[in-house]
Amino acid sequence: MLPLHRNNLAAHVSVHGGLPALDRDALIHEIDAAGIRGRGGAGFPAAAKLRSVAPGRSIVVANGCESDPFSSKDRALLELAPHLVLDGIQVAARAVGATEAFLCLHEENRSVLAALAERRDAVPVKLVAVPPRYVASEETALVHFLGTGDARPTGKFPRPTERGLRGRPTLVQNVETLARFAMVARIGADRYRSVHTDLVTVTGAVARPGVLEVPADTPVSAILARAGGSVTAQAVLIGGYGGTWMPRSLADPVPLGREPGLSSLHLLPEPNCGLELTRNILLRLAAESARQCGPCMFGLPAVAADFTDLLVGRDATGRLARRLPLLSGRGACAHPDGAVRLAASALRVFASDAQAHLAAGSCRITAGAA
Amino acid sequence: MNRLTVDPIACRAHGLCADVLPELITVDEWGYPIIRGGAVPASLLAEARRAAAACPALALRLRKSD
Repeated sequence: MLPLHRNNLAAHVSVHGGLPALDRDALIHEIDAAGIRGRGGAGFPAAAKLRSVAPGRSIVVANGCESDPFSSKDRALLELAPHLVLDGIQVAARAVGATEAFLCLHEENRSVLAALAERRDAVPVKLVAVPPRYVASEETALVHFLGTGDARPTGKFPRPTERGLRGRPTLVQNVETLARFAMVARIGADRYRSVHTDLVTVTGAVARPGVLEVPADTPVSAILARAGGSVTAQAVLIGGYGGTWMPRSLADPVPLGREPGLSSLHLLPEPNCGLELTRNILLRLAAESARQCGPCMFGLPAVAADFTDLLVGRDATGRLARRLPLLSGRGACAHPDGAVRLAASALRVFASDAQAHLAAGSCRITAGAA
Repeated sequence: MNRLTVDPIACRAHGLCADVLPELITVDEWGYPIIRGGAVPASLLAEARRAAAACPALALRLRKSD
C-alpha cells in the first residue's frame, strides 16, 4: 500500500493499473468478502456501513484528519499514495451512488493538491480544512462542520449514513479504509485477503519511529522488533491516546487489530512513569473535549486530577474505581470511552507503580526525575 | 419494548428525571443521569413517560424499539 517514494498518477497506474468500473452490488460484495473494517479507530465493518447508505445523490466524506498524536499512517498514505486514496473515494462514491465528495484534512497537503490536479474524477473531490481539534474529526463532527462550520459531534442518531450533510445520506470513511476499497476493486476480495497488509504507527522507545507496513495479523512483538523497539520497555500502549496499555509480555503475541482503537503502538519510553504519561494524555484528552456532554466535560478532568493525586501519593484509586465505569457510553461520541479505556488499563498495568506512588509519593522514575 | 434514552448534548443536569423515576435513573456526582439499561418494565411505563415529559431540556426520551 505504501510505496517507497511518492507515486504520481503515471507511477500509480503503472503499479496498480486502472480502476475497473464495478457496480454498487459487486463493490459492496467484494468489500464485504474482503472483511474490511474502518481504519479510523472504530473498526466498524465497511460493507455494513456502505449498505446502510441509501443510494442516490448521497455524499462521500473522506476523513484524513488523523488527530491522534500517536498516529501518522494516514499522513504517510496521503503523502506517498494519494491516488490510492482518491481512487478509493471514487469507488466509495460508486458504491453508494454519491454525486459529491469531500476530503477532510487538518492541514494543507501539497501531495493531495498535486494529485487532484492530475486527475479528472467522475465525482469531483473538494478539499476541506478542519480545525485541528481532537474530536473535530469524529464522524458526526465532520458532517456537522461541513454543514454549519461547527466541528462538534452531534450524537448517535440519526446516523450520517441515514441523514447527514444537508439531510443527505453521507458516508464518512477514513482515508486508509478508502485506499483499501481501491485495492479490493482492482484485485478482488480473494486476492486481497491473501496479500493485504496493515499500516501501523510505532512511537516511543523505538530506534526507528514511524509508519510500518506489515502483513496482516503480525504480532506486536514482530512489529516492535522491526521498529527497533527497546527490549526492556515495560509496557506498550495499543490504539493511540484512547487505547489500551498492555504489559510487553501480554502484548507480544497479540496480532495488531485485536485491541480497539487506532493501528498504533507506543512503547513506554525509558525512563518514564506509565502513570505520569497516562495522566498527561488524560489532561490532553480532557482539554480536547468538545464540552457538550456532562460526563465528558466534568468526568475527564476529574479522572486526570485523580491521576495527579495518585502521582503525589494521595490515594485516588477508590474514586477512580467508582468514576471510570460510569463514564463510558454516556457521551455523544466515543471520546470519553477512549479516555476510560486508557485510564483503566493504566491502573491495571502500572498497579505496582501506583503502589510505589502511594507508599512514597513517587516511583523510581518520577523520584529519579525530580 | 420501550427504552429510556438521554441526549447527552441536550441534557443540562436538571435531575428531575431521577426524582420522578429513581427506580431506573440515578445521577452521577455532577448531576447527569445514569439510566439503567434494558426495557422499561410495564409497571414503570407511566412513570417513565412522566419522567420524559418532566425533562426541561427535552433530553430524556422514551423510545419504542424491538
